Amino acid sequence: MMGKFRDVLNLWFGGIFGVKKNIKLGLYGPPNSGKTTLANKICQDWVGQSMGSVSPIAHETREINIKEQISIKADDGRELMFNLVDTPGIATRIDYEDFMKAGMSEVKAKKRAREATRGVIESIKWLDEMDTVVVVLDATQDPYSQVNITIIGNLAARKTPVLIVANKVDLRKANIKKIQAAFPQYDVIGISAKFGKNINEFYNAIFKLTGR
Amino acid sequence: MVTLHFVPYTEIENLSSIGRIKKLLTVAKQNKIVLLQGRLKKEEETELIKTTMEEINKEFSGIELAVINPSQSSLQGFNKFKNDVLSLVLGDRQGLTIIGPANVVKAISKDPDKIELYTSERVSRKKR
Repeated sequence: MMGKFRDVLNLWFGGIFGVKKNIKLGLYGPPNSGKTTLANKICQDWVGQSMGSVSPIAHETREINIKEQISIKADDGRELMFNLVDTPGIATRIDYEDFMKAGMSEVKAKKRAREATRGVIESIKWLDEMDTVVVVLDATQDPYSQVNITIIGNLAARKTPVLIVANKVDLRKANIKKIQAAFPQYDVIGISAKFGKNINEFYNAIFKLTGR
Repeated sequence: MVTLHFVPYTEIENLSSIGRIKKLLTVAKQNKIVLLQGRLKKEEETELIKTTMEEINKEFSGIELAVINPSQSSLQGFNKFKNDVLSLVLGDRQGLTIIGPANVVKAISKDPDKIELYTSERVSRKKR
């Protein structure tokens, strides 16, 4: 009974008094940067289950996925609870013929392209809802893409705290320094979400990001 | 052949955000590369991506976008001060925005003061 009462109070007054309990942590980035792989890693580490399917074909995640009340612990015992929001990759072009080149039938490719365009729109709409954002970039790709700059610029304009993750550091082509040079005003953590490399540094950075 | 369409800032200055985006996308959808003097506001850039997604169809597969902004360059000292003053006076007129239709521009690479456009050989799609 008291718990429910507290939840109602949190819902109505939490944001006002700065004791908002469940923050929304969004994973944003271009397609195929490893957002869902990172979401799966977080969920496997702290909830014991995966969050979504991954694929080498771009736009595998085409809807917003939310895993509520994930509680993570820091090395010193601090706890942080958040709702994890995995978003579809933001792109400026979606061509169904690219999916056909990856081996899909025309019907499936067109359906995927339609859903992917809706996914991008949803991701952009959800920018307003986020309390903190982890921007996941593929460390083997050019960080100066306008999509990256637009996402990060919009979050800066909204004063949303941002952590940049340079993912796929297990690959030889990965270049964290280039990402740091592109976004010098942000903390950049190099990780491999697939193999769990530097994942503890990532969790510590999340605590820092949320001010806990 | 690739067509470059220059849009001076004065042409979009008095338009609403939606008006600006529609104007730029209309040119891009004619398979022309838009060279806009200056840049859009941050929220207009996301709105441009959103509107592009809404307009994707069999004939139009989106855009490639790049912005060169001198204020992002590593200016220092008096040059930085001079640039900051110019930014105050000129507002969003500084820099250059390139919007290429995805049918024409395969990729844009920025580094950050240099822009390379990789054009696609295929311009018009076969009717399916």
